[in-house]
Amino acid sequence: MGSTITEKILARAAGVAEAHAGDIIEARLDLVLANDVTAPLGIQEFEKAGFTKVFDPAKIALVPDHFTPNKDIKAAGQAKIMREFARRHGIVNYFEVGRVGIEHVLLPDLGMVAPGDVVIGADSHTCTYGAVAAFSTGVGSTDFAAAMAWGKVWLRVPESIRFVYSGRTQRWVTGKDLMLHTIGLIGVDGALYQAMELTGEAIENLPIDERFTMCNMAIEAGGKSGIVGFDEKTTRYLQSRPEGSRARVAGQVFASDPEAEYAQVIEIDAAAVPLTVSKPHLPSYSAAAADLGDTTIDQVVIGSCTNGRLEDLRQAASILRGRKVHPDVRCIILPGTQQVCLDAASDGTMQALIEAGCAFSTPTCGPCLGGHMGVLAEGERAVATTNRNFVGRMGHTGGEVYLAGPYVAAATAVSGHIATPEEVLGAKGGPR
Amino acid sequence: MIFEGTVHKYGRDVDTDVIIPARYLNTHDHAELAKHAMEDIDADFVNRVQQGDIIVAAENFGCGSSREHAPVAIKASGISVVVAASFARIFYRNAINTGLPIVVCPAAIAEAATGDTMKVDLAAGTVENVTKGTNYAAEAFPPFMQELIDRGGLMEYVKAQLAVDQS
Repeated sequence: MGSTITEKILARAAGVAEAHAGDIIEARLDLVLANDVTAPLGIQEFEKAGFTKVFDPAKIALVPDHFTPNKDIKAAGQAKIMREFARRHGIVNYFEVGRVGIEHVLLPDLGMVAPGDVVIGADSHTCTYGAVAAFSTGVGSTDFAAAMAWGKVWLRVPESIRFVYSGRTQRWVTGKDLMLHTIGLIGVDGALYQAMELTGEAIENLPIDERFTMCNMAIEAGGKSGIVGFDEKTTRYLQSRPEGSRARVAGQVFASDPEAEYAQVIEIDAAAVPLTVSKPHLPSYSAAAADLGDTTIDQVVIGSCTNGRLEDLRQAASILRGRKVHPDVRCIILPGTQQVCLDAASDGTMQALIEAGCAFSTPTCGPCLGGHMGVLAEGERAVATTNRNFVGRMGHTGGEVYLAGPYVAAATAVSGHIATPEEVLGAKGGPR
Repeated sequence: MIFEGTVHKYGRDVDTDVIIPARYLNTHDHAELAKHAMEDIDADFVNRVQQGDIIVAAENFGCGSSREHAPVAIKASGISVVVAASFARIFYRNAINTGLPIVVCPAAIAEAATGDTMKVDLAAGTVENVTKGTNYAAEAFPPFMQELIDRGGLMEYVKAQLAVDQS
């Protein structure tokens, strides 16, 4: 009987020869994380249970990214609970404003996630790290608290769905478009409790930043995790990281066996996937961007844990450079980390975006979850490169969010209505 | 444990953003969170809900964000149990971990309506719609989940496992 990559990673972490879908295991954890929304509740549970020691201060990351820089007095109090806990327990991977980034961009970029690692985080988008062939999944605050004490987590080994993206994507069609299209196909619970294993020529050709984007949104299909196999792109990414993740690679690189069992195999012709937008109020309401040109827009948000990496901002800048944001649109850039800001500053990306009339934010989750830094009023409509378009997600329940990739978001910012790069640049599409 | 209460009925894909909007996540105080339970799907819910009432929903209840504030807010609002056709996985774990009783019972959902009286017997695994006079068998918890519950929840389980690991 063969094993999937997910089964192999979990078997190793559980210290057993083999683990298969449906097995309950106790997995050793390589990284446990939480943010300023989920950590305070977890810290309360940790202390209420009478725990006094964390299992390994070096394997815990506390990332105040949601409501920071502190948006109001109550949020400042939550951030303070987390800061003081980090100091008390010697948690070195606590990141203060000025050094902090959006958790799922920051932690892998700092080399804190290696292939074969098992990671849990009190944030649903923890599934992002599957992009570097790790198993990672979101949990709540109590699971986070228990993991801080125990260093392990109980997990049911998930069935996997193998997605095969054949062919090459069209020009400007990114990992975001592939994922919105996929969620449209299978629905918001189409991968419930399952691992989404992303394979095929289009995935092999996908830059690592776009693999992060795809794995990040596995949760929007109900998935437990998303994962892409290890290849030379993973190697190159890890080589450009600080020491941490590289040191752990040996013995942790796994691949699915050809005879591994899958709950389903879904084949998608990547060449036929259009520039895709998900309409309100579910990520599964996907449609071709070209069909939504009548939709006028008040705000464009480019960034977040889904699309806040350097390549995302470069894609946006390639459309906005030398053009202006439409007079009726406010365009907000949410870079993933301070390093992304520095890189965007040094290669001219930031200047192009600011000259076009975009507001360049500090790294924060901010408006993605209706926190601050760009919430919507009643009746307002946004295009966002974020991950959710639920009722009230970005502010007022009478607001609307359309999800898209950076190219469509940038073209929309210029046009004032949902638009494709083709429309703005006057250039033709074709293979990427 | 047997719960009997009035049904508040919702559709599928009720996400944690509408259960407890992010604008209230600047606190983890249970009573404070309860004041805003279900606010963005049913603004009047907190005014109508009575201690012991039951939420009934279709598939994928609790999808989206991992915020444990969602089951906390529901429980603190007075809801005794949530009956759904299915639950999103993080919400499922969070409900067990925070002691919010949940029951998977796809057959009971369609005919249940807001205002019905429902009776849920956790031990027997039954859901009775008293108003409609119908009975359904709920899905049993997977054996491991039942063990976790029987052992007093996740924290008690972890304390016991830590003792084993350290011996």
